[in-house]
Amino acid sequence: MEKYKIEIKNFNFYFGEKQVIYNLNLKVQANRILSVFGPANSGTTTLLRSLNRLCELNPELRYEGEILLDGKSIFDSRESVTQLRRRVGMVFEVPTPLPMSIYENVSYGLRLGQGKSKAAIMEAVELSLKQAALWEEVKERLDAPAMSLSGGQQQRLCVARVLALKPEVVLIDRACSGLDPISTAKIEESMSQLKKEYTIIISPHNVQQAIRVSDRAAFLLMGHLVEEGTNDEMFTNPQDKRTSDYVTGRFG
Amino acid sequence: MKNFKEKLSGRVFLTLALFSILALAVITIFILVQGAPVIGKHGFAFIAGTSWSPGNGEFGILPMIIGSVAVTLGAAVIGVPIGICCAVFMAEFAPSLMRTIFRPAIQLLAGIPSVVYGFWGLLFVVPFISNHLGGLGLSILAGSVILSLMMLPTIISISEVSIIVLPSTYKDGALALGMTHWQTIRSVQLPAAKSGIVAAVILGLGRAVGETMAVIMVLGNATAIPSSVLEPVRTLTTNIGIEMGYAEGEHRQALFATGIILFVIIMILNISAQYITRNKSKSLKIK
Repeated sequence: MEKYKIEIKNFNFYFGEKQVIYNLNLKVQANRILSVFGPANSGTTTLLRSLNRLCELNPELRYEGEILLDGKSIFDSRESVTQLRRRVGMVFEVPTPLPMSIYENVSYGLRLGQGKSKAAIMEAVELSLKQAALWEEVKERLDAPAMSLSGGQQQRLCVARVLALKPEVVLIDRACSGLDPISTAKIEESMSQLKKEYTIIISPHNVQQAIRVSDRAAFLLMGHLVEEGTNDEMFTNPQDKRTSDYVTGRFG
Repeated sequence: MKNFKEKLSGRVFLTLALFSILALAVITIFILVQGAPVIGKHGFAFIAGTSWSPGNGEFGILPMIIGSVAVTLGAAVIGVPIGICCAVFMAEFAPSLMRTIFRPAIQLLAGIPSVVYGFWGLLFVVPFISNHLGGLGLSILAGSVILSLMMLPTIISISEVSIIVLPSTYKDGALALGMTHWQTIRSVQLPAAKSGIVAAVILGLGRAVGETMAVIMVLGNATAIPSSVLEPVRTLTTNIGIEMGYAEGEHRQALFATGIILFVIIMILNISAQYITRNKSKSLKIK
């Protein structure tokens, strides 16, 4: 039996009375990039936010079913949610730099209580900025406020900030939707480097991005998982008519 | 015909709007005309003089300036931490049911007439201080306690709004890094809401500086420079409030001059509040 990094079982998600995810089953292999794509309001963001339990911030939300990380339930009340969020990092649609300097943004998670030396932190900051393809642009001005960076740089800063925590899974939610093509290319390139060490789940902002970056893809439509498979299966030979209509641009 | 109506209605609104500006202008000019001669005559001694004795022609308001500053600072020391903590609680922790009860309750706090605050202070706060800390009870401390309550609604509602309007991405981003809720508030949300909170505090201070009725009843109103928070003082506002009824001639003008100083202080506070909030909107645009 093959081992999966993440297993989602019979997952239902409700926003108040409205159901947004219907009985979803999905398995994610380690060290692969999985694209979860679909038209707006299909539940992709909700699914990603469920994986690190960020969705719990809203008291009107509730879920049924199970999500396993390395075979253990992420909803287990004995596990700390902050620890889960360090293992499952997330980059958002809108860049979310914290109102502090570049260096502080990347090192913030590290400085929170792991008792690392300054040199070790600096090393980790440099490494993660390099992984996010941002180091060359900011190495001279690590003390500048993060808000002074361009949108694309801010987004790569957010990627670096997540990587600094050495997560196991990285969730990327439409992270390139507001970026120029060059920044997008840089982020996509770093993604393909990163999958050696991390499991990446991305909600791409269009089908082309899914084709470019992912190993496998899952098509979500109105909260239903329509089809899941390798890139070839999904984009050149989809089984479901709705998938082929969507990827060929007939709707959506 | 329709065009005429449009024009007329514009004029009517303009005229009525001008009335409020006119009122401000009339009051300002009146205070300046009445008070300026005294400041001109006594010059710097009016602000720096330590003796207020209208019968002898001595008009030094330094004790009142010190009184106003001391009572306001005291109110800030008590009221600002309570107000900001309350705002954080309302914005971040309170369940929605509790919020729907708290919010109008705090608004109600702003609706209590100031004379009622003063009366309550006189009957409750003043004896409490006298019994437990000594002295008359009529003191800077009593005034500070009352004013801290009165500035709470301003501080709480403006601070709360400035936290609530923060982009939710700040909170999401911080929590997704594995920060706890409190770490997120302390290192992300409070710094980001700083300008709004500072403006809230300054507006609260403005309210405290300008308050008259409540503090007249609990401050003791002595015109000497105080040496401790348990001693009575007189503020700029109470100086006017107490003596206006019987003042004549130069004495009366000196009270208007007190009003000019008060006017200047409150203008400075309001302008700095506006300046700080404007800076905030600028920095948001850059982003």
